Amino acid sequence: MSAELQALSDHIASSLGEAVTDRTIAFGELTIVVRGQDIVRAVTFLRDDPQCRFVCFIDICGADYPAREKRFDVVYHFLAPHHNRRIRVKVETDEATPVPSVISVFPAANWFEREAYDLYGILFSGHPDLRRILTDYGFEGFPLRKDFPMTGFVEVRYDEAQGRVVYEPVKLNQEFRNFDFLSPWEGTDYVLPGDEKAKA
Amino acid sequence: MGEHNIRNFSINFGPQHPAAHGVLRLVLELDGEIVERVDPHIGLLHRGTEKLIEYKTYVQANPYFDRLDYVAPMNQEHAYCMAVERLLGIEVPRRAQLIRVLFSEIGRLLSHLLNVTTQAMDVGALTPPLWGFEEREKLMIFYERISGSRMHANYFRPGGVNMDIQPELIDDIEAFCDPFLKVLDDLDTLVIGNRIFKQRNVDIGVLTLDDCWAWGFSGPLVRSCGVAWDLRKSQPYECYEEMEFDIPVGKNGDNYDRQVIRMEEMRQSVRIMRQCLTKLRAPDGQGPVTTLDGKVAPPSRKDMKRSMEALIHHFKLYTEGFHVPAGEVYTAVEAPKGEFGVYLVSDGTNKPYRCKIRAPGFAHLQAMDFMCRGHMLADVAGILGSIDIVFGEVDR
Repeated sequence: MSAELQALSDHIASSLGEAVTDRTIAFGELTIVVRGQDIVRAVTFLRDDPQCRFVCFIDICGADYPAREKRFDVVYHFLAPHHNRRIRVKVETDEATPVPSVISVFPAANWFEREAYDLYGILFSGHPDLRRILTDYGFEGFPLRKDFPMTGFVEVRYDEAQGRVVYEPVKLNQEFRNFDFLSPWEGTDYVLPGDEKAKA
Repeated sequence: MGEHNIRNFSINFGPQHPAAHGVLRLVLELDGEIVERVDPHIGLLHRGTEKLIEYKTYVQANPYFDRLDYVAPMNQEHAYCMAVERLLGIEVPRRAQLIRVLFSEIGRLLSHLLNVTTQAMDVGALTPPLWGFEEREKLMIFYERISGSRMHANYFRPGGVNMDIQPELIDDIEAFCDPFLKVLDDLDTLVIGNRIFKQRNVDIGVLTLDDCWAWGFSGPLVRSCGVAWDLRKSQPYECYEEMEFDIPVGKNGDNYDRQVIRMEEMRQSVRIMRQCLTKLRAPDGQGPVTTLDGKVAPPSRKDMKRSMEALIHHFKLYTEGFHVPAGEVYTAVEAPKGEFGVYLVSDGTNKPYRCKIRAPGFAHLQAMDFMCRGHMLADVAGILGSIDIVFGEVDR
């Protein structure tokens, strides 16, 4: 399995040339990282090449890594039913740089790209209809970014007097508490102040 | 009335509509009775599941999966548990695998019973849902007996299942199988053989295989186009490899084929359930139902009361939770509605960094425009029923 994936990975890398910036095989899954401007070419190649034949569209989603310079990953998943294989393709981008849309290759990308835009604010160039999809009409902000608070900014209720639903700033009786459970279980490797003197 | 008075109509289908299967709002553009364009507006049931999961430990995130496709809850948990297990690199004991397969198949029955019968309702028959719901009620009682809850089971856990299955429950599920097959035969005559049902579904919503792949379809939609693609066979997980069952495929790729496939899949599910029950009784089907790794699975109640170490483990697992090695995986199961996948990114802490839920219904619903174009208004409800939409998983 792993050798087969390695061969596939080599084949893709040699065919796409410098468009592929990184590739890994972990947990029995092949991941390739592709430059943003080459994504349409890469996806078309993966779909049409006889050794790849990733004809089945599975998923597109975003992921946010705020510490990086290009903070977003756009993660594509495809399936090759003929070879019974899966692949993951990643593109890195930031808030301002649009990623070319792959709707021309897979019509199914439409809603998935809208979702990535809605939840992360990732822009897709060439998308015919980049509207919000899951969040409320008139929603502001990108809720799945790591810097978006989990409790959000507005809450809604039905106002009897005005006879309609009104939006108000979130009022919580108790703030959402995010406990720090990351203290080590298997023993500490903290350096306590003064410890370094004992070793010296 | 002159020619110039003819214009297209825009109508709202839903969000409150009995055939919308939940909270779907379709903006339809009609030319007379012919559908010109469909614009589904979704998100009315959006709860931010993926965001919530990022703030919960791996065990606390599990119940959110019941609330996605609430018609077949355990199948969703299954995909998530498999993702966590692959990252952790732990094996699930055989008895737990058998129980998982058993309840996944019960979930399939729950989902297909609902879909086939309510689609019959969408095209005009009220009796089938009543028959179907009677059987669903029995299945939900099995859910309740194993997990304590009729729907939101939270029963599959990373590493195995929550509790062992009782011998009486094995007997009762076996006693359910035979009469259920009889009910399926009755439903077959009532629904599938019905003249009106055929008139409303045959040659409606026809798909080709290439369309299916390009639109990201899976499950009965792909199989209705004549290809035996089923993850239980093609990428077997748990102990599906040792189960004997057939994959029904269609010929025409229309609404009617999909419902016939679902009927036959229920029979195959019963077949798998029977094999599971036999294997659960056999000597090699005995043993633990959760992994023996004490750093992942909580200790039994009895141990917790007597052993200091077990008490510490219990406390740590239910406050901090276990840490999952950094990495990313995509796992998929053949849920009743199609390929249900979980893309899980871990950063090595006790909470998922990113959990993308790939719901089959999302891909299916976006093709409404593609499938309904040129059909009559009355077929919209039929097509919507045949692609099997549940809003819990579409909106997440």
